[in-house]
Amino acid sequence: MWNTIFPYLLTGISVGGQYALIAIGYTMVYGILRLINFAHGDVFMVAGIVMVYMAASGMPLWLCIPLVLIATALVGFLIERVAYKPLRSAPRMSVMISAIGVSYTLQNLVLYITGGLNKDYPAIPWLSESITIMGATTKRVTIVTPFLTIALVVALVMLINHTKIGMAMRAVSRDFETSQLMGIKINSVISSTFVIGTLLAGVGSILYFTNYPTVIPTSGAMPGLKAFVAAVFGGIGSIPGAVVGAFIIGIAENIIKGLDIILLKAGVTHSMLGLATFSDAFTFALLIVILSVKPTGLFGEKITDKV
Amino acid sequence: MSSMLKVKDLKVNYGGIEALKGISFDVEQGQIVTLIGANGAGKSTTLRAISGLVKTSSGAINFLGRDIIPFNAQQVVAEGIAMVPEGRRVFDNLTVKENLKIGAYLRADKEEIEAGIEDIYQRFPRLKEREWQLAGTLSGGEQQMLAVGRAMMARPKLLMMDEPSLGLAPLVVKEIFSIIRDLKSEGITILLIEQNANAALRCADQAYVLETGRITMSGTGAALLADQRVRDAYLGSTAR
Repeated sequence: MWNTIFPYLLTGISVGGQYALIAIGYTMVYGILRLINFAHGDVFMVAGIVMVYMAASGMPLWLCIPLVLIATALVGFLIERVAYKPLRSAPRMSVMISAIGVSYTLQNLVLYITGGLNKDYPAIPWLSESITIMGATTKRVTIVTPFLTIALVVALVMLINHTKIGMAMRAVSRDFETSQLMGIKINSVISSTFVIGTLLAGVGSILYFTNYPTVIPTSGAMPGLKAFVAAVFGGIGSIPGAVVGAFIIGIAENIIKGLDIILLKAGVTHSMLGLATFSDAFTFALLIVILSVKPTGLFGEKITDKV
Repeated sequence: MSSMLKVKDLKVNYGGIEALKGISFDVEQGQIVTLIGANGAGKSTTLRAISGLVKTSSGAINFLGRDIIPFNAQQVVAEGIAMVPEGRRVFDNLTVKENLKIGAYLRADKEEIEAGIEDIYQRFPRLKEREWQLAGTLSGGEQQMLAVGRAMMARPKLLMMDEPSLGLAPLVVKEIFSIIRDLKSEGITILLIEQNANAALRCADQAYVLETGRITMSGTGAALLADQRVRDAYLGSTAR
């Protein structure tokens, strides 16, 4: 029984970590701008495509990785400056529409550059090697992902709770105007938020595409949506919430993918039911349930009326 | 005495409505200057214009010899003008200590900031007791003290206070005004906006009455307190 479940659990934890790295970007941007950054999943895809082209140019991988991260952060920074900052005092709906526009722009741009061809993601030597752990064979990235995710989350939480810029982020997320009266440059704080969020998505992209070896223009859509659901599940605006939500969704999704075999081996069912089909549906059904039962999510801030 | 802040013929438009129709007033160094007036007279707009939060349409704001009209909010703070905003606006998701620290955001002198925080704690011992609590858990009066302390952490030359007594219990209002007097005695210049005209005029050296975007009267606090028109319009018949 355990031997059947374990590989799915392992993959689930790893996928959860990848979702978490994306979900943090959604939740941080929402926390500070009250904006669902629909382009975030596409930034994740762009990080993948940049890696493809950098590696193809013959650059050594150890150099590609930091350069991809820098490029991704730059993309995040530019998106905010070009598409969101000019709309700072516009209604929230306008910014959201702008985000959707950025999302399609990125997808189409990549479609144009790649000519619509699947691009093979380079195999990163150490990460993509196969290993066997407790009887399950997997790539090393599966094991590395959750640890790296947790380490990055801890570092991020420290940054937010114990540094000056972190304090400014928390202040700006609560009150733009009063933050300005403290001398905080809110635009730089917002930019830092985007840079951090996209940087983590960049790390997530390296881990993710090592497991799913091709990149296409819509590669970011599904992981982006899943991560968004994770952020809502955990309570949008809350970083621990997004991480917990992401791990729950990643694990649940992968258990469902293996549910047929698990049930079959446990003797509960006697034929394959095709339950794996529902793994994506599960995530979105979960979204509907959360939104109707507890819209603020697991750790979401209570909505208080400002006087 | 020299004028620290000179506002001349200041006009501000809010979406087609002229909120300030050309006001002029001076704030002398070391004094408490108050603007009183009814809701919507333009008091808050005046402070927001000085602090760089709203764009002015014409006029001049001169602070210590410099034209601060083109400055944004951060630059105004850096020039030495701090604000205690209306409704206190403490960061309820930050601790009391962090709220004080963030008041010193533009300062880099770490040790002096710590010393400054200790000074605030001496002034307001209740904040010291609640040092690690989230500011959102404080009472209204404590939040007002925190908002004052936070503004003081910027080491302002001019402290602007927007309705510091708003929504507070009478006893707490008394305390707030005694704090304002204390600050003055320490040499801090204060520009105070109040609907509580009685209390404001009592502590003000100089006062201006603002009516629908215009200054209609001015004089020392005591003079306006004695003025029959002010008594009728802002102090009510029971004021003594």
